[in-house]
Amino acid sequence: MGPLFFVCRGSQKMSKRFFRQSKEKLIEAILLLAASSSIFITMGIVGILVYESVQFFREVSFFDFITDTQWTPLFENPHYGILPLLSGTLTTTFVALCVAIPLGTIAAIFLSEYASHRLREIVKPLLELLSAVPTVVYGYFALLFVTPLLQKIFPDLPGFNMLSAGLVIGIMIIPYVSSVSEDAIHSVPMYLREGSYAMGATKMQTALKVVMPSAISGIAAAYILGISRAVGETMVVAIAAGMQPNFTFNPTQPAETITAYIVQVSLGDLPHGGLGYRTIFAAGLSLLSMTLVFNIIGHWLRKKYREVY
Amino acid sequence: MSDIKKIIAKHKRWDFIFSIVGLVSMFGALLVLAVLVGDLFLDGLPRFSKDFFISYPSRFPEKAGILSAWVGTIAIMTVTACAAIPLGIAAGIYLEEYAPKNWFTDIIEINVSNLAGVPSIVYGLMALGLFVYELDLGRNILTGGLTLALLILPMIIIATREAIRAIPQAMREASYAMGATKWQTTRHHVLPYASPSILTGIIIALSRAIGETAPLITIGALTFIAFLPQSPISTDFPFISFEWIKEGFTVMPVQMFNWISRPQEAFHFNAAAAGIVLMSLTLLMNAVAIVIRYRVRKRIKW
Repeated sequence: MGPLFFVCRGSQKMSKRFFRQSKEKLIEAILLLAASSSIFITMGIVGILVYESVQFFREVSFFDFITDTQWTPLFENPHYGILPLLSGTLTTTFVALCVAIPLGTIAAIFLSEYASHRLREIVKPLLELLSAVPTVVYGYFALLFVTPLLQKIFPDLPGFNMLSAGLVIGIMIIPYVSSVSEDAIHSVPMYLREGSYAMGATKMQTALKVVMPSAISGIAAAYILGISRAVGETMVVAIAAGMQPNFTFNPTQPAETITAYIVQVSLGDLPHGGLGYRTIFAAGLSLLSMTLVFNIIGHWLRKKYREVY
Repeated sequence: MSDIKKIIAKHKRWDFIFSIVGLVSMFGALLVLAVLVGDLFLDGLPRFSKDFFISYPSRFPEKAGILSAWVGTIAIMTVTACAAIPLGIAAGIYLEEYAPKNWFTDIIEINVSNLAGVPSIVYGLMALGLFVYELDLGRNILTGGLTLALLILPMIIIATREAIRAIPQAMREASYAMGATKWQTTRHHVLPYASPSILTGIIIALSRAIGETAPLITIGALTFIAFLPQSPISTDFPFISFEWIKEGFTVMPVQMFNWISRPQEAFHFNAAAAGIVLMSLTLLMNAVAIVIRYRVRKRIKW
């Protein structure tokens, strides 16, 4: 075996290592590209919405957009005031929260403080199912089951109303509220509870006066994520709340939300590039900004409670 | 002494009442789910027959069926799964195993969690502006599938990350000690252990996509389709054809929405029947996911 042999083997080893390293680098680059795709999606969403909205606001003044109380973009005498859509969105969201916050919070406290391990393992996934049901099925339920039921109690209730849509959305977002709240409650350290029990407090006193206050920022985050879900919910309101812009905060009235308006326009056949077509992007941008604000507050609060312990 | 006993009894009573309230509110919510399922079955079951599955939509409610809708759902889901699963897993792997701690990684992380909170209809608007008009892909199965893929991508990324994070560091160190590279460690050690949890996340994400209606309406899913897309298998060489992705479509939730919004009551029964199919699908997928998650937790103890 001459020295040449070792040189050859060495270079073979070198080239093998080189191959291996470049393969690793290539894989890392592909994975990085995949991870960056989320940024491209955001850029796509924001880019399209802003691009179309800018063209919209060239023809409609921003002041009119946020102060006019009529939204009639497809009529002879068009008005472009977002307020009626906003009132519809806020009213349905409010009704939904009246259902989801009490039920979701109590369920979270019950599951983490009272329920046995067994019960928890069974009930938790079942509760999660509430948010797995397709929203169009919830819409069916709101329009054809909840509304007739409510009409038996309030005979004057119109067939389309924000009340039944809001109630059903509330049921739908219970898992969002309860699971994030439960997370927060769960991360409260055991010694706080033990301290409270040692002072002779009952379970309820401990849960409401010691555990809840300690977990409050996490619970608030849960509420805010719930709000952002309710604001963005589309099919339930499109089906059950009627599709008439109506500047009112009365839940027994029919009204249109921002999301339902987008659906309504999409169902018709608006020509691409017209002002009517651009209204849905302006509406979408308003919706995105609202949910973005809620999401940022929610994440900030969640981060806060994670840091405490 | 008797005062103290009274106070204790009072507190215990309140404690009991509170636990009852908790139980009632929890089961109240579940009761609503049961009522919803019951209502759907009551309304929809009479419409269930073989014909319902093999008929096109029709003006006559008793003749209408969901053939084009379920075929469309399968076609859309195929595109969605093919696009979202590899991309989501790759992104999750990068963020958990490769990403350096710097501002770019931070941006991606914040971005993914924010995307998960964006309302689905906004994805629809983006797809309408970008895919349909700017890129001129048309209102077809490809566009619809890609839209839903973008929608569930954050869910898959988050599920992948959580699954990978649960793998103890010792597994990786053992692999590195044997001289494995980073990718070999990830591919042969981390991913196999994480795969059941990733699968759970994928199933749940796909079950969301199946029920998603709003973004597909926005990009212009048709509600009346009386034809099927071309078969992906052709008789000529190369025997596989991708023509089907360029065709118009409807899916089950859109079909159901169309039937709900008609005034005639007979169509509502069709909607309920379609709703049963849709519900069964999503509940079944969620059940599978729960079973997998449960078994993983039972089997693996680090």
